[in-house]
Amino acid sequence: MTFSAFFFQALNGLSTASGLFFIAVGLSLIFGVSRIINIAHGSLYMLGTYIAYSFATYIGGALGFWGGIVATALIVGVIGALIEIVLLRRVYRAPELFQLLATFALVLVINDATLWIWGPEDLLGPRAPGLRGSIEVLGRQLPSYDLFLIVIGPLVLLVLHFSLARTRFGRLVRAATQDREMVSALGVNQAVLFTSVFALGAALAGFGGALQVAREPANLATDLVAIGDAFVVVVVGGMGSITGAYLAAVIIAEVKAVCIGIGVVDFGFMTVNFSKLTLVAEFLVMAVVLIVRPYGLLGRPQAFVRSIAEPEDPIRAAMPALKALGAVVLVVLLCLPLLAQTSPYLLILGIDVLIAVIFATSLHFIMGPGGMHSFGHAAYFGLGAYGAALLVKWLAVPMGIALLAAPLVAFGGALLFGWFAVRLSGVYLAMLTLAFAQIVWALVFQWEALTGGSNGVIGVWPPPPFDKAWVYYLLTLVLAVVGVLLLRRFLFAPFGYAMRAGRDSVLRAEAIGIDVKRVHWLGFAIAGCVCGIAGGLFAFAKGSISPETIHVSRSIDGLVMVLLGGIQTLTGPIVGASVFATLQDTVMRQTEYWRALLGLIILLLVLAFPQGIVGAFSSLWRKSGVKS
Amino acid sequence: MSEAMLTVERMSAWYGAARILYDLSFEVGRGEVVALMGRNGAGKSTTMKAIMGLMAQRQGMVRFNGEDISNRKPFEIARRGLGFTPEDRRIFVDLTVMENLDVGRQPPRRFADGKPAPSWTPEQLFTLFPNLAEMPDRLGGRMSGGEQQMLTVARTLMGNPLLVLLDEPSEGVAPLIVEQMAHTIIALKQQGLSILLSEQNIHFARLVSDRVYVLEKGQIHWQGSVAQLDTNLDVQRTYLTV
Repeated sequence: MTFSAFFFQALNGLSTASGLFFIAVGLSLIFGVSRIINIAHGSLYMLGTYIAYSFATYIGGALGFWGGIVATALIVGVIGALIEIVLLRRVYRAPELFQLLATFALVLVINDATLWIWGPEDLLGPRAPGLRGSIEVLGRQLPSYDLFLIVIGPLVLLVLHFSLARTRFGRLVRAATQDREMVSALGVNQAVLFTSVFALGAALAGFGGALQVAREPANLATDLVAIGDAFVVVVVGGMGSITGAYLAAVIIAEVKAVCIGIGVVDFGFMTVNFSKLTLVAEFLVMAVVLIVRPYGLLGRPQAFVRSIAEPEDPIRAAMPALKALGAVVLVVLLCLPLLAQTSPYLLILGIDVLIAVIFATSLHFIMGPGGMHSFGHAAYFGLGAYGAALLVKWLAVPMGIALLAAPLVAFGGALLFGWFAVRLSGVYLAMLTLAFAQIVWALVFQWEALTGGSNGVIGVWPPPPFDKAWVYYLLTLVLAVVGVLLLRRFLFAPFGYAMRAGRDSVLRAEAIGIDVKRVHWLGFAIAGCVCGIAGGLFAFAKGSISPETIHVSRSIDGLVMVLLGGIQTLTGPIVGASVFATLQDTVMRQTEYWRALLGLIILLLVLAFPQGIVGAFSSLWRKSGVKS
Repeated sequence: MSEAMLTVERMSAWYGAARILYDLSFEVGRGEVVALMGRNGAGKSTTMKAIMGLMAQRQGMVRFNGEDISNRKPFEIARRGLGFTPEDRRIFVDLTVMENLDVGRQPPRRFADGKPAPSWTPEQLFTLFPNLAEMPDRLGGRMSGGEQQMLTVARTLMGNPLLVLLDEPSEGVAPLIVEQMAHTIIALKQQGLSILLSEQNIHFARLVSDRVYVLEKGQIHWQGSVAQLDTNLDVQRTYLTV
C-alpha cells in the first residue's frame, strides 16, 4: 500500500470514528450517572438516521438537511427523556439484570415502531447541501462531508469536555458519577439530573445517527450493530471517560480502515483478505486493551458497588415431591410420541421446547449460581450449531460425530471468550459477552466461503432412523435430560459451591483458597459446552441454519426464559424455557410485529416484578412476617 | 430550650431483615448542640441517615423547622435546610475543593420565624478553615483525612443549613484538627446554627455540646446535660468506655 493510500484510509477512519464517538459517549455518560447500560442507545442512533432522513426528504434543501439534523438531535433527546421518566426511573433500584432487560425490550419495541413508520426498505438520504463536492488529498478525492465529520467529532468532544469541567451541571454530573446519594443529600434533585443526562446522551446518539444520513442508508439492523460497536468502544476507552471514548473510537476506526486499506495480501502459502477481518481486528484491539488495562485506556477501576438487591437464598436439593414430579413429567415426555400420532406438530414443538430447556438451563448455570449475566449466550448455541453443520457440509461426518463435536466447539469458544469475560463483572461482563456474540454472528455472516454467509448451511438432515420425528425427539429428550442432570451434578459438587461462594463474595472466597476467576472461567466454559449440545440438536432438527438463528435476540430469549421461571431456583429455567418456547411457537408466530410483542412482555415482566418474580414473592412474604 | 428545631418520634430503621433502630425519640432545640453518644454499632450513623431520608426501610416521625419531613426525599430534606456531613466524609475525589463546595451550594434561607439563617460563601468558609484556603484547586482525592473532614463540613455549610447532622467529626483525624473542629462547632453555634453530633469521644463531646443522648443497640438509654454525664460514671462505664 502506498503512503497516499494509507493516509487516505486513515482520514476515512477518522470520519467513521466521529460516528462511533457520538454513540459511545452518550452511553458512557448515562452509565456514569445512572449506572444503567442503555442497550437501546443504538436504537436512538438508528432513530436519528430515520428522522433526519424524513426531514431531509420532506422539507428538503439546506433547511431540511442541516436544520433537520439539529431538530433530530432535539427530538431524540426528548424521546430519551421520556424513556427515562416513564420506564427507567422505575427500575433504578432493581437488579441490574432487569435494567439491562428493560432497555433491551426498548430495542425490540423501537425496532418494530421504526418498521411500522418507515417500512422495511433501506432509505438513503440526499447528499449534504453545501458539502456535495470533494477536495483533493494527495491526489485522491475526499468528500467534503467526510472532512466535516472528521472535524465535528473532536469539536463536540471539546464542547462536552468544557461543559463537564466548567459548568455547574458538569460538576453535578461528575459528582453524581462518583456518589449519587451524597449529591442528593446535598440538595440536588437526582430525578432532574438523571433525566437531563439521559436526554443529553440520547441527543448525542440522535445527532450521530442524523449525521450518517448523507453517508449510509437508514437501515433496521443499525441498532444492534451500533450498540455492539459502542460497547467495544466504551470498554476499550474506559467507562465514564469521554476523552477515552474518542480515543477508542479513533483506534478502532483506524484499525478497521487500515484492514480495508491493506485488502488482499498474498503471503505465498496463503492469501488473506484483510478487508474481511475488520471485526476480528476490533476484537483483537479489545482483547489487547483488556489484558493490559482491564478498565479501558482512560478508565479507572470502579469502586465496589454494594448490590441493593437482597442476597440470594441458597439453592436446595430437590424435595422428594419434586423428584417424583420430575419422574412423572419424564414418563409423560417419553410417551409423547404415542400421543403425537394424531397431531405430528406436537413432536416438533416438543423438540423446540427441549432444545430451549438445554439452552436456558446452561445459561442459568452461569447467571444464577455463577452470578455472570451473559448477554451473548447465543454465541455458544451458534458455535455448536455451525460446528455440527459445517462438519457435515465439508467433511460429511456422521451425525453422531457432529453432535459430539458441537459441544466441543462451543466449549472451545467459551474457554476463549470466558477468559476475558471473567475478568470483568456485572454490566461490564454483560457488555463484553454481548460484544463476543456479535463478533461470532458477524464472523459467520462475513465468512461466506466457509459458512455460506447470509444463506447459511442447508441440507443438514439426520440420517435414518433419526429422520423420523419421534426418534429424533427421543434423542433430543435423552440429551436434554443428560445435559440438565450434568449441570445439576456440577452445582451440588464442591465446584458448584465454590462458584456460588465466588459469586457472593470474591474476597471471602479467595481468602479460603478458591481461585474465583478460574472457577468462574471453567463454569463459563461448561455452560458454553452444554449450550453447544442445544446448538447441534437445533441444526439437525431444522435441517439448516443461518446467521439469523444465532442473532442476539436468541441470547435475549434465553434471558427471558431464565427470568420468567425465576433465577433463584433450578427448576426455574426449565419451566421458563417450556413456557417461552411454547408461546414463541404458537402466539408470536401469528404477528409480524413479534419483536414489539416480546418487548412489551419483557417490559411488563420488569415493571410488574422489578425484583424478579421470586424476589417479589419473597418480599411479600417478608412484609407479612414483619407485620405479624 | 426555646423551640424544637428537630423532633424525632418513635423512629425505627432496618437494613434488610436486621432492625437497627428501636423507637428513638429525641429533640434538638434551636441553637443547641446535642451529642448522640455510643459505641461502634450503637446506631448513631443509622440515626443520621434515617433523619436524612437515606434509609430505605424506616418508620416514625421526623419534624424539622416546624414541618413533617418523614416522607421527604433526601434532596427535599436538604433543601429545607438540614445539612448532613457523613462519617466517611464522601468527598468527591475527582472534583477540586472549589468544585466540591459548588456542588453543595444552595440559596440563602430563613428560619420559620422569618429571621435569616447564616449564609456562607467560599471566601467566608476559607476564613473558617484556613487550610482549605491554601488549596482551592486540589483534587478531593489528594487531601489528607483532616483536610477532607474540613471540606465535608464546609461543603455542607455551602447549603446554608439551619441544622447540621455532624457524624463523628473527630474520628480518625489528628488531635490538632480535632481541636480546630471543636472551635468550628462552637463558632457555628454562636452564629445560631443547631447541631446534632454523633460522637464516641467524651472529651470532644464535653467541649462542644449542651445535651447528650446515650445510644446502645439502637435505643436511647440515658439523656441529660454534659455536666450530668460527667458525674455519672456508671453510664460512662456501661455505654461509653471501651
